[in-house]
Parts: sequence; structure tokens; C-alpha cells
Amino acid sequence: MAELTSLSEAVAALVHDGDSVALEGFTHLIPFAAGHELLRQRRRELELIRMTPDILYDQMIGMGAARKLVFAYGGNPGVGSLHRFRDAVENGWPGPLELEEHSHAGMANRFVAGASGLPFAVMRGYLGTDLAALANVAPIECPFTGEHLIAVPALAPDVAIIHAQEADRHGNVQLWGIPGVQKEAVLAARRSLVTVERIVDELEPRPGSLALPGWVVDAVAEVPRGSRPSYSLGITDRDNDFYRFWDRLSRDRDAFTAWMQEHVLDGATVQ
Amino acid sequence: MSVAGVTRADAGEVQTVVAARRLRSVATVFIGVGRPSTAAILASMVHNPDLVLVYESGTIGAKPTRVPLSIGDGELALTADAVVSVPEMFNYWIGPGRIEVAFLGAAQVDRFANLNSTVIGDYEHPRTRLPGAGGAPEVAANCGEVVVIAPHSPRTFVESLDFVTTVGHGDGPGARERLGFRGRGPTAVITDLGVLEPDPVTRELTLTQVHEGVEVDTVLAATSWELKRADEIRVTEPPSSEELAALRELVSR
Repeated sequence: MAELTSLSEAVAALVHDGDSVALEGFTHLIPFAAGHELLRQRRRELELIRMTPDILYDQMIGMGAARKLVFAYGGNPGVGSLHRFRDAVENGWPGPLELEEHSHAGMANRFVAGASGLPFAVMRGYLGTDLAALANVAPIECPFTGEHLIAVPALAPDVAIIHAQEADRHGNVQLWGIPGVQKEAVLAARRSLVTVERIVDELEPRPGSLALPGWVVDAVAEVPRGSRPSYSLGITDRDNDFYRFWDRLSRDRDAFTAWMQEHVLDGATVQ
Repeated sequence: MSVAGVTRADAGEVQTVVAARRLRSVATVFIGVGRPSTAAILASMVHNPDLVLVYESGTIGAKPTRVPLSIGDGELALTADAVVSVPEMFNYWIGPGRIEVAFLGAAQVDRFANLNSTVIGDYEHPRTRLPGAGGAPEVAANCGEVVVIAPHSPRTFVESLDFVTTVGHGDGPGARERLGFRGRGPTAVITDLGVLEPDPVTRELTLTQVHEGVEVDTVLAATSWELKRADEIRVTEPPSSEELAALRELVSR
């Protein structure tokens, strides 16, 4: 049964130094506020898992919270590079970053296997690419047709953190709009935290919505605007100007560090 | 030259217009952000109102009125026929080959239209770390055909990729079949100078078309390998005033 709690208490209880943590959300519903709370609580040596690292992991990598990144696409969507991610890989700043690199289809199927309690998933992919040699994937033959396929290992993060529009007082969660891989991440993880825009007395059914019953979630915390500068469909808008601003700001180590100190470590999440 | 106050198209506009024309009689197109998205929306405005736009974020049949910054902008979800999860997008829609054409970009393209979007330089110590694969490998393997959209320069059109992120035609004839890929692979590479298409027999990219005012020698000089030329190289029909006006109106929204 999900415990309704504050963001700081939930992070303190659920996330430890050295954990593997998946903060998921595919462009939409990225849990920025929760990631910033991890930084304020000085979590270190994290294995950060995300299909698309986005600005949030750029910030966490630049602040030295990560020892490893498991991912498929490390860009600033529609804008260009993630400069802190690049600086870590190209120059080892602020420290070395181990990479485990996949394709989106591979990452998605790894989450599906984790959520299914299976050791691996089967897919067509990776063949012929240099990713196949780097990534932890293996050829497998279909026992029925003999077709050559690829097996990808399950992802089972220590903690999954997602953001949703609403939860009720029992911790039942409802999100709508682009669902990404959040349901799979929560079900694949050992522990889970959901931040929500608002807690309501009763969830009103929405077209195309996805529900997570409170009994599969460990903690729910109300964090209005908790996905900004990403967005929560129907409640907040994606701050595209911030994504462009980040491209300029994050090129410089000192400007980045000063901004993070002022807006994240010393203050509340930027709204 | 100007038509009714419309100034001449620049090279990027020509590239977008030529990409849009590829979608005239296509049912479904998979698109990323940037020029591919602009081209697909333009195609739906000018050539093919029934074109189904599929974005990797899981929005199928999105009807954006503006060019989205990200593949997951809210307007895409609000206007889509269906919004699906990432596992469903790859396992139910892309994997079985339900999407007819995919537009892909890349930092490096080789003579068999294999693509690199991972690193420039050595993987362990890259000169430039690029974003990475995203959905491209499986999209290129399984969609009906792939159209690559890239700027034409020797840095992009290279003799040998620093990293094979996405297989186009592999090492030539039969490569895709040996890998068990379903789609036909790259059928065109559209650049700001012209169009390259794989030779039907050797699968090697061949210059088949140059944009108006572009010399063949300019294209050869912008390609690091010795680019094969078709016996007859067509000249791109310049953007019509309707195409150009629609494109400019779209990007100004």
C-alpha cells in the first residue's frame, strides 16, 4: 500500500547511495522535482537508468551523482547535445561515467522483462550494429522456427521514480498522455516512488489513461509542477524555452554549477 | 528569381520540399524531430492530407499544427489517433513492419547508407559524444523503407563510419536478408545538394539527382568516397510557389 508522504521523506527512505535508479518519463512527465531532491540529499554513486537521459540526467551527471548511465538516447530533444553528459564522457568531468548503451527498443524490452519477472526479453534488433558488441545482449534461436533473434537482459532497478498527474488518498495513481515506459519501470523495480501534480478525493476516469494501483507503489508524494520543465499533460506545458536555455547555460562548467547551486541545492525546484 | 514576392528557396528549404515529395503516396511515416518532422507536416499540408504521422514518443496519427520541438510535445498526444507506450510502439507497430516509410538523420553516412549517431572517434575516448541510437536501429531494420536526411559534407559522408549505430545496406547485396531484416532499407538519401539512391544491384549509394544550380562536382567534393554517378542525373524540380509558401507559413507558426 502506497504511503502518502513528502518528497524529502520518500527519497530519504527509498533511495540510497549506490542504488540503481530509473527516473522515467518519455519527454512527458519527467520527474524533475524528485531528481532534484536526490541531489539536495547528496545521493552519490548512483546507477542512473533512463531511455532518454534528457536535461534531468544531464544535471545529475554534472553534479557528480552518477557512477554509471544505462541509456539509449543522450540528447537534448530537438535542440542538440547534453553538454554535461558529453563533458563526462569526453573529459571525465566531474568524474568518470561508466556507460551501458542500448537502443530504445532494447531498453523498452528490458523493462518489460523486468516487469514480467522474466530474466530476459526476446526481440529483433541490434544485429549488424556495433551496439551488439558493446551492449549486454546475446543471440538466441527460436525453439519453434529456428529464427535468429536477440535476447536482452531484464532491468530490475533498485528504485523507480515517476511523475503522474493524480493520485487518490489510497495512493492509486492515474496518468494520461504519452505513457513512455513508466508502468514497466515501476513494476520492474524493487521500490517505487510516484510524485503527482495533485492528490484528489476520487480519480476521474480519463481517456487513454494508465492506472497503477496503490498496492504496487511504495510512496506517493504531492509535488505540483514536479515535472517542469517537462510537462504534465492537461496541467502544465512543456517549457521549450528552458530546453533551449539549457543548451546555452550548460556548456560552461562554472555557469552550470552556479545555476544548480542557486536553483536546485539552495532552493526549491525551478518552476 | 522571385515569384509573386516569394524569394528563392535556400538549400535547406529545397531539402525539406524534396523530402516531403517522397510522401506523396505513402500511408504512414515515422519521424523524428527537426527537418524530418517539418517535411512530413509539409507533405500532409500540400501533397497527402491522409498521411499518418507516427512519432517515437508513441503518438500515432498526430496532427501537429506547428513543428514540434520534441517528439513528445503535448500537441502530438492531444491530436493523435492513438497514444501508446514505448514497448508497444516498438513491439506492436515498428517491429512487425506496420510503418511504410521512416525518416532518419545521422552524423555520418557511408556508401551503403549505414549510419552513425553514437560517437565521432574511438568509442572509449570519443572526440565527440553524440546522443546515441535512440530508436534508429530497429526503425531502420523493420520499417518498409528508410529515407535518410542529412547535410552534405565530407564530415558527414565518410569512407568508413566511426561506429555502426544503424544498418542501412550493410556491406552490400544480401546483407539485410542475412540479418533477417524485414524492410527494404534506405531507398534515398536526401541532402542539401541532391539525392543519392542505392544502386539496384550493388546497393552502393549513387548520385541520381542534384538540386537546381548545384554542380555535380560540388556533390562529389562534398563526399569522402568516390561517389558513383547515375548515367542520367536529374535536376530537382524547384519548389513550387505553393510548396514554398506552405513551408514558410508552417515554420513561422
